[in-house]
Amino acid sequence: MIKSLKALVLAICCAAVIVPFFGIIATSLSSREDVTRAGGFVMFPSEIRFDAYEAILSGGVVTRATVVSLLITLVGTALSLVATTLLAYGLSRRGTLLHRPMLAIVLLPLLFTPGIIPSYLIVKYLGLLDTYWSLILPVVVNAFNVIVLRAFFMELPQEVMDSARIDGAGDFTVLWRIVLPMSKAVLAVIALFYAVAYWNSFFNALLYINDTAKWPLQLVLRTYVVNQAELGVDQLGGTELPPREAVQMAILVLSIIPILLVYPFVQRHFTKGVLVGAVKG
Amino acid sequence: MRARLRRDKVFLLVALPGVLALLVFHYVPLLGNVIAFKDYQPYLGITDSPWVGFDNFNVLFNGDAMFLRALGNTLVITLLQVVVVFPIPIALALLLDSLVSERVKQVVQSVLYLPHFLSWVIVVAVFQQMLGDSGLLNNTLQSAGMGPVDIIGNPDVFKALITSQVLWKDAGWATILFLAALSRIDSTLYEASAIDGANRARQLWHVTLPGLRGIIVLLLILRLGDALTVGFEQIILQQAAVGSDVSEVLDTYVYNNGILAGSWGISAAVGLVKGIVGVLLVLGANKLAHKFGEQGIYQR
Repeated sequence: MIKSLKALVLAICCAAVIVPFFGIIATSLSSREDVTRAGGFVMFPSEIRFDAYEAILSGGVVTRATVVSLLITLVGTALSLVATTLLAYGLSRRGTLLHRPMLAIVLLPLLFTPGIIPSYLIVKYLGLLDTYWSLILPVVVNAFNVIVLRAFFMELPQEVMDSARIDGAGDFTVLWRIVLPMSKAVLAVIALFYAVAYWNSFFNALLYINDTAKWPLQLVLRTYVVNQAELGVDQLGGTELPPREAVQMAILVLSIIPILLVYPFVQRHFTKGVLVGAVKG
Repeated sequence: MRARLRRDKVFLLVALPGVLALLVFHYVPLLGNVIAFKDYQPYLGITDSPWVGFDNFNVLFNGDAMFLRALGNTLVITLLQVVVVFPIPIALALLLDSLVSERVKQVVQSVLYLPHFLSWVIVVAVFQQMLGDSGLLNNTLQSAGMGPVDIIGNPDVFKALITSQVLWKDAGWATILFLAALSRIDSTLYEASAIDGANRARQLWHVTLPGLRGIIVLLLILRLGDALTVGFEQIILQQAAVGSDVSEVLDTYVYNNGILAGSWGISAAVGLVKGIVGVLLVLGANKLAHKFGEQGIYQR
């Protein structure tokens, strides 16, 4: 009795996640007849059509925004990962010069964020408005990720590093040859965090990017899917328009796919508690 | 000193880019808060805009209707999220933890964590497709001969809607910390209590919940620090549809009033006070937790 109740609750929770995804994909593949018959949202299309994907991916607003988002995500994640790893390593040994003040610099942003308007002003003063850098530089180092990584570095077996030093390895070699290879799992998780944050970046784009030609995918998604603005033939590729609902759902799927692609590679690390061990430290 | 510099130069050098980024984008903007004390005019710039003392802060005290509305909505939403959203991941974690099959557990976890990684734009779009006028729910109701229900864009249920969105997005992910705490509870405690004749309910009360107390206190303290911060992106996306009466919160007030409407000084003042109150709440709650013998957020 209790057992079947448990199973039921968990099944409902999982269905609440899976059913929307299923329906969104189904609608994105639907023909005009199916969309009309279902009244908008299609769960079971009678035929599979890729027209909507062809329309959004053959040049036009969505294609450009996808390229922009991919670019920001790749460059941003790379920069973030380097800066975060280096900073975490720099803070990983107690008693080094300026260790405490630098640690304080990292910790304070966790407690106090500067606020929307001062953040906007600094980006404006640096001349970063309407540049892609405005979506990367202000968030290039996430203090929380630094703390997680630093805690992980500090729990690595010191003896290995000490013996490497005795063998003449410098601090940089220790990082490159010993620390990083032992930290692959946590680095993967942190890379995922950064990549997801860049890919999903919406508010900063809303704030800093006025030029619609530079819009990342999330802003396109907001305009044409959430706010239901009409996408005309001139904004899409191709000549004939697929059903609007299918186009909207195809954009939605496009924005979810990258996350679904990386997720399985990193997800198993969560359950292993890679992060949690570091968080408590 | 010079010897230490020579010894630690690699550590200092590698930390530099990250520290610099934090200084420029977290600390310099803190100085930008001076415009809360100025009548900031964009064409004059920060230094040339005239000082106005605490004038901008008047809005906090003179019963300004727009400010009070934003404050009220923020507090109601925070309360809803603490009362409704906070306990559910604990229950979910207990449920997951009691699963015998590791495989099932992993699959369920993978599914439930996923929405956490979707942007608010996506989550809002998904909810529109499920609950909107031509969404799944209303299509199904219609084919069953029942009238449509108005959820998306209905001001009356807006707070319930955003609460359920938070739940959908993050309830699964929030179990992660509770599951870790559960796995650290000493299993001999369960065995000992079983020998003493404790049933499942008593074990839950005397073993499991005390084992979770530390993490619950920690998360509540952190949540309290965010008491004045509620889903900015989530709300700004849906504000147009329901009007600002039910949806204006402090962050959207700062954005709408400052960046969009140009009341820079007043908005910066509100943002500054909000930030300070947040810090005070965290530190206060932490002190309280220490008094009750809990570890709180920092330990030495």
